[in-house]
Amino acid sequence: MITQFLLKGADRRITIMLAVLLALAVLVPASNLLLSPENPLHVPTYAMSLFGKYLCYALLALALDLVWGYCGILSLGHGAFFALGGYAMGMYLMRQIGPRGVYGDPILPDFMVFLNWKELPWFWHGFDMFWFAMLMVLLVPGLLAFVFGWFAFRSRVNGVYLSIITQAMTYALLLAFFRNDMGFGGNNGLTDFKDILGFSVQADGTRAALFAATAFFLALCLLIASAIVSSKFGKVLVGVRDAESRVRFLGYRVEHVKLFTFVVSAMMAGIAGALFVPQVGIINPGEFAPGNSIEVVIWTAVGGRGTLIGPIIGAVAVAFGKSMFTSAFPEVWLFALGGLFVAVTLFLPKGIVGTISGYVSARKAIKASKDAEAGVDVDKPIQPAE
Amino acid sequence: MLKLLFKTWFLCLALAFGGQAFAQTASSDLFNQLGKANFADAEKIVVELAKSGDTKIVPALEALGAGDLYLRKEDGKVFVAKGSGATLTLTDPASGEAAGEAPKGALTKIKVNNTLRRAINSALGGLTLMSPDKATRLSAAQAVIKSPSGEMLALLETALAAESDAGVRKVMEEARAVSLMSSDRPLEDKKTAIQTIREIGGRDAIGILRAALPAADASLKPDIEKAITGIEDSLKLWDMGQNVVYGLSLGSVLLLAAIGLAITFGVMGVINMAHGEMVMIGAYSTFIVQDVIRTHAPGLFDWSLAIALPVAFVITGAVGFAIERGVIRFLYGRPLETLLATWGISLILQQTVRSIFGPTNREVGNPSWMSGSFQLGGLAITSNRLWIIAFSMAVFLALLVLLKRSSFGLMMRAVTQNRRMASSMGIRTPWVDAFTFALGSGIAGLAGVALSQIDNVSPNLGQSYIIDSFMVVVFGGVGNLWGTLVGALSLGILNKFLEPYVGAVLGKILVLVLIILFIQKRPRGLFALKGRAVES
Repeated sequence: MITQFLLKGADRRITIMLAVLLALAVLVPASNLLLSPENPLHVPTYAMSLFGKYLCYALLALALDLVWGYCGILSLGHGAFFALGGYAMGMYLMRQIGPRGVYGDPILPDFMVFLNWKELPWFWHGFDMFWFAMLMVLLVPGLLAFVFGWFAFRSRVNGVYLSIITQAMTYALLLAFFRNDMGFGGNNGLTDFKDILGFSVQADGTRAALFAATAFFLALCLLIASAIVSSKFGKVLVGVRDAESRVRFLGYRVEHVKLFTFVVSAMMAGIAGALFVPQVGIINPGEFAPGNSIEVVIWTAVGGRGTLIGPIIGAVAVAFGKSMFTSAFPEVWLFALGGLFVAVTLFLPKGIVGTISGYVSARKAIKASKDAEAGVDVDKPIQPAE
Repeated sequence: MLKLLFKTWFLCLALAFGGQAFAQTASSDLFNQLGKANFADAEKIVVELAKSGDTKIVPALEALGAGDLYLRKEDGKVFVAKGSGATLTLTDPASGEAAGEAPKGALTKIKVNNTLRRAINSALGGLTLMSPDKATRLSAAQAVIKSPSGEMLALLETALAAESDAGVRKVMEEARAVSLMSSDRPLEDKKTAIQTIREIGGRDAIGILRAALPAADASLKPDIEKAITGIEDSLKLWDMGQNVVYGLSLGSVLLLAAIGLAITFGVMGVINMAHGEMVMIGAYSTFIVQDVIRTHAPGLFDWSLAIALPVAFVITGAVGFAIERGVIRFLYGRPLETLLATWGISLILQQTVRSIFGPTNREVGNPSWMSGSFQLGGLAITSNRLWIIAFSMAVFLALLVLLKRSSFGLMMRAVTQNRRMASSMGIRTPWVDAFTFALGSGIAGLAGVALSQIDNVSPNLGQSYIIDSFMVVVFGGVGNLWGTLVGALSLGILNKFLEPYVGAVLGKILVLVLIILFIQKRPRGLFALKGRAVES
């Protein structure tokens, strides 16, 4: 029944995207592992990790699209949920290091030994178990989103105000995680990971598996998101976005609708962060920087908000562009990014996907009206005789 | 020993009659005794010398401290000997007159140790109490307060009797009280002395009282303890006052940074993410102005800030105007998109400045009237902070007058409250928007001039203020300058009051959390605008 619910939402665009993602999940790792490096179709490990990183960004952008594109909540703090998920994963990976750290302490991570801590803080307990860490990847961002959203939506904080306080939230977390006393490694963050589930994080096989997992989770979240937005609940969601007061007057509990979406979105962002950390090998407080969260918004805006597949395309395209630009002409990148912000908001308000699909549907409408003039009834296609 | 006592008596007599010649022979004798004395005796001699109150022997004592006092072997007389090489120039220590020369071999250096050096210093402190120069006397009295000794008491009292200047007298009285604590005067005197010390206040006074506590008579102990707690209480009060001053100073910085934002947000409902960059451009304008002044008219340097103010206002105002006409006006009614576009603009502006001026900090000088600090009671106030507080208030008042008294202000307020109605009344709302944006940006530029004095001028200058400015505007409420004022000052003071207890970073985090919670309670800020605008 769940499968049916999930698949019901998948229209053609989503289906294509799902197929592409699943194909990537299989083909890229296969090409990396099975083909010899001389083969032109071989994907080198660094490229696979790089694209794995982009797919994490894509998942983060998808999460933002769910709240911004469909619910009208412009969160400037989604980077915080991403980073929290990343920290949960990072803590698991730190505990996996065990006695192989520089100081060789079997329990305490290096930075705690360095800071002269005698025992593990209470919130580090349990992170030696993978299932617990994965639970936290979902629960910590989800809980923060729940508490934050509970207060904010109940008192009807809207629009720019909401954006600003989400930004304040991630900024406060940024400052907090920079403190050594917090027990998260201060400004160095968590790094020097050795292995995940017993496999070395450096090994090609693990990297391929991580890439496949990222693509798979992105596909799964896309499926969930599309199921949500195409369900009856999704219609209410769009109603909240377009005319919040009217939906409220119709008897819906707007704050519940918003809260549910916000929490789901935060959890997706947490998953993205958790997949991001083992692939880049570090998580530090810089991920909480307000600028990062705003960059997520531009990925979503470039791809097209309210389209679900747009953010995926936008995130990969912009992140790829950033990698190209920053290595080729570093000083031009900020001009390009800034220009992109301005250009997209001015000329492409619907983003790439939104514009294209708008163009396509306009063409269809023109064709339909032409057909109608020609006397062809489009609604009832002529059935061939049996 | 008997001889010494006799000499002391002689000395007192000499002082009482004010006989200079008498004193000179006495001190001359004392100096000669120094030649053969051991450290303990030398210390006593130095104390005796100090009691003479003769300012002429100051150089000789200094020479003793510096190791320039020598004994002439042939006649056992002591001289100040200076110079390099084999022959040294001799000076009589008591009179300061030249006394010929002597080869180095004929002289023995008089050795000093640390105890003796301390005695010398306190003797010097006492002697300068008699100096004809007022400033010297004052600093001497202050030196006594810093390192009191019972030996100085008689000298202080003599100096006090001769002192005519009220300010110096007061310090001397305090010095006397402090010295009294370590003397063998009667208890009654000490009690009054404790009161005097308590009135001096400050951490030094606590230190003096604490040091006196163990040796003090049992009947004095409660008095001393009471005085200590009394001083501590008043210190706490001053600390609180100091926190308020720091808070006001931080608050005024926030006010400067946020007030332009409040205007643009109030009128257009748009958070201008490039606002911080306007502040940064204002700071760089100051840098350019100072650079030009340094090369072309160095004499004008003290005026550089006054010149930079209009320059920065015009430059940032023009940039703001261009941004509004070029980008923002196409995005009205879509506040979230405006936020993104202005963020993009901020990145471009930052990179532009970085490309032109480089990524490192630029040096912006402080004019002479901006540097230095002064003491107000127990408060330490630096001039630049005081100027910034004054400047932010001036900007605030000027803006208030502009909004309430000018026709442009009237139009702005009309557009803020009800855009469509204002438009129907014939106000050209697009131009009001453009000029409002230019005004807000120009004020950010003014803020940049002020902030260049207390912060690093780098391309990232604006970013460090932007979030704080948002917080102020959101906290204070939109469309109301008073809200911004109250918001900025209360956030500044709150921050500085939290800092001593939880540290700077945690304090800031707490303030952010408090604001987030506050917004839940009052989603439109402290001073919410009433009227139709709220419902839209």
